[in-house]
Amino acid sequence: MRIGVFICHCGTNIAATVDSHGLAERAAELKDVVHTEDVMYTCSEPGQAGIQRAIREKGLTRVVVAACSPQMHEVTFRRCVEDAGLNPHLFEMANIREHCSWIHDDKELATEKAYEIIKMAVAKVRTAEPLFPNEVDVNKDVLVIGGGVAGIQVALDLADAGLKVTIVERETTIGGTMARLDKTFPTIDCSACILTPRMVDAAHHENITIMAYSEVDRVQGYVGNFVVDIKRKAAMVDWNRCIGCELCVQKCPARGPDYFNAGLAETKAIYIPFPQAVPKRAAIQTDYCRWFQQGKCRVCSRVCPANAIDYDQQDTYVQRKVGAIVVATGMDVFPWEEYYPQYGGGRIPDVISGLQYERMLNASGPTGGHVHRISNHEEPKTVVFIQCVGSRDEAVGRPYCSSVCCMYTAKQAILTKSHCGDDTDVYVFYIDIRATGKGYEEFIKRAQSEFGVNYVRGRVSKLYEDNGKVMVRGMDTLLGHQVEIPADLVILATGTTSAEGAPQLAQTLNISYDEFGFFKESHPKLRPVETNTAGIFLAGACQSPKDIPTSVAQASGTASKVLGLLAKDKLKTSPEVAVVDQSRCVGCWKCIDVCPFSAPEKQELRDGTSRSHVIETVCQGCGICVATCPVNCISLKGFTTDSLIDQLEEALLG
Amino acid sequence: MTDSSGNVKIIAIVCNWCSYAGADGAGTARLKQPYDFRVMRVPCTGRVDPLLALKAFEKGADGVLISGCHPGDCHYSEGNYYARRKFELLKRMLPHLGIEPERYTYTWVSASEAARWQQVVTNFVTKVGELGPRQGGAL
Ligand SMILES: Cc1cc2nc3c(=O)[nH]c(=O)nc-3n(C[C@H](O)[C@H](O)[C@H](O)COP(=O)(O)OP(=O)(O)OC[C@H]3O[C@@H](n4cnc5c(N)ncnc54)[C@H](O)[C@@H]3O)c2cc1C
Ligand code: FES
Repeated sequence: MRIGVFICHCGTNIAATVDSHGLAERAAELKDVVHTEDVMYTCSEPGQAGIQRAIREKGLTRVVVAACSPQMHEVTFRRCVEDAGLNPHLFEMANIREHCSWIHDDKELATEKAYEIIKMAVAKVRTAEPLFPNEVDVNKDVLVIGGGVAGIQVALDLADAGLKVTIVERETTIGGTMARLDKTFPTIDCSACILTPRMVDAAHHENITIMAYSEVDRVQGYVGNFVVDIKRKAAMVDWNRCIGCELCVQKCPARGPDYFNAGLAETKAIYIPFPQAVPKRAAIQTDYCRWFQQGKCRVCSRVCPANAIDYDQQDTYVQRKVGAIVVATGMDVFPWEEYYPQYGGGRIPDVISGLQYERMLNASGPTGGHVHRISNHEEPKTVVFIQCVGSRDEAVGRPYCSSVCCMYTAKQAILTKSHCGDDTDVYVFYIDIRATGKGYEEFIKRAQSEFGVNYVRGRVSKLYEDNGKVMVRGMDTLLGHQVEIPADLVILATGTTSAEGAPQLAQTLNISYDEFGFFKESHPKLRPVETNTAGIFLAGACQSPKDIPTSVAQASGTASKVLGLLAKDKLKTSPEVAVVDQSRCVGCWKCIDVCPFSAPEKQELRDGTSRSHVIETVCQGCGICVATCPVNCISLKGFTTDSLIDQLEEALLG
Repeated sequence: MTDSSGNVKIIAIVCNWCSYAGADGAGTARLKQPYDFRVMRVPCTGRVDPLLALKAFEKGADGVLISGCHPGDCHYSEGNYYARRKFELLKRMLPHLGIEPERYTYTWVSASEAARWQQVVTNFVTKVGELGPRQGGAL
């Protein structure tokens, strides 16, 4: 066995705290190590060429690179050694950057620790065996979860490229948040005019199936071969018959909360969220329906010309097999009422959220586009906007910037002027203005100079009602004095949060999410649309708050990654899988009980007895069976018990 | 943060998907941590036979920390549920083997919890540091 050890300086990232050169000298003394080298940037082109040269010239049979995290560059170096003729699994990384140089200050101690980390990696590579991947067929269909602008973009891109796409959307219509907006910054073009044609394109595309009012219930399988159970929620309306005529909505006598209008208005118990809904189908909110609550009414069923009402409808389940899944579940608006008692906590009628105001501005919204006070329906003379409500506020557990509120506030301020007249006084309280997109800073400037919006730097400490006005008390931190403005209407630039239920969805999909419920990308810079679960991708605001241009750009990026994956007819599966030593298997079948993927099976031998056998292409390499097997007859390639014990010994002895 | 290396040896066995990534995140954020622990990566806590922790004690570890994904978040759905039962049993067994239960812990650190990782290792290493090196015993 001839091991080569390459120790990276990573510029000064490692070398500032760890003596890479000294380590190269010491590592040369380790058993089986025949070559060591310290390298400025091992991952660079000359760095990799150096490894390959050493493999050839020194006849190395195994390689250790002591550098950054394997999550960063294991793939890079495996490819590098493979190109030089070594099996890629005869390679090991020692993480002396994230796990050593970056977390320590004392060079002597950090170098000592790095040495032990390297010893552990050498011990591990010594036990390594060449491993060879298997190939599996790839299903080329794609599932998109969430039909907002991002999900629609991904679906259209993929469908145009010839793939079959299913969109699962939990509301009764696709469109997401953008369908609820009036105009969009920084162009002030009409949101519906951009979005609704795309929604129709998706609905009519021969390669796209839209499953609205549906949710993903269960996901099994793995990249290239997922099996997804989808729950189609009972709408109490047979959508194969419903023609979207809205007669039922007109005649329904019961009222329910209006999610689409963000609570600004009520809807009927049977509803279609908005006129351009896709699919345009009615659904009954059973909690508010008189038939379901009181056992009488059935008006909708009487007026429906298509005989579509079905009070006995049940949830149904369908199964889809897909090769890749794109998550595009977007965001929700921060529930500010619970967190901001100083702003009235939702009890002052003339204090509304940015999304509610968006609905009020919208010509097809509940006020027909007329801006008025909620309390008395009069047109406001003084309108105050407050930014960063539920963003950049540690006190409510939201330290992050929601990234769209500065801009949508400027948009709404401009629209206020055009709806209510130039003589309306418009104030915006802000902490900082974040306007980093193309044309964004210019847009803010326009709001200020062209439209005369007053920007006041400071936080508002309190809102209270007085004499028919909403009193806005805050600090002008530039002028250094208190201000108090009697306002007719106050709009909170409410921040964005992850979509309701995002953590649960993440668990169903086995992907990571952060403390706020935003899904975690595989790498912030290099793999921004992938998740750590192969075959599952992200698009849009579900990954972090985003505006429309960024969501759409990311969605197309995601589509190209999916296309890249599915361009292959076969996928290589990881060879780091479990294998059973059948001579020792006693047939207790505990491995079959615990495996989340049904990888182990009973295999009948020639003598008529049965032993466990792991189907390599199904095994995901978790090793649960290995730790479960009572006779230790299962081994996990790449993570054998011997390799773990050898590492322990290196770390602990000497 | 203490810069002085104590005299204890601690093994941290972490799953690849959550805690290893959390520890990476702590490194990227330059969150300072004690010297006295060595990380060993496994695919999932479900891969960890509790005997491995005993093996570590046998080989001279003064403390063993195991960390994986939060319950419900395991990359393989259920690995940490199986692991949790075994780890809990091990915890109860240790005193009978003459090992102070404080020398062993298992916990959950997600990929985005860099600060929590720093806290977990710092607390554990400090605690084991106070106990000092392990004396004799059956293992
Ligand atoms: C008040 C306000 C004003 C804004 N103004 C602008 C603007 O002027 N210009 C601009 O560029 N941006 C603006 N934005 C931002 C813009 O709304 C977002 O960038 C955009 O909606 C993100 O698109 P998305 O598809 O990622 O998410 P969304 O639009 O939120 O769509 C997500 C979709 O997924 C569905 N979904 C969620 N969970 C599930 C699940 N578990 N299963 C199935 N489906 C699910 C949802 O029902 C929804 O249809 C504004 C945002 C707000 C709140
Ligand atoms: S993968 Fe982290 S505990 Fe299973």
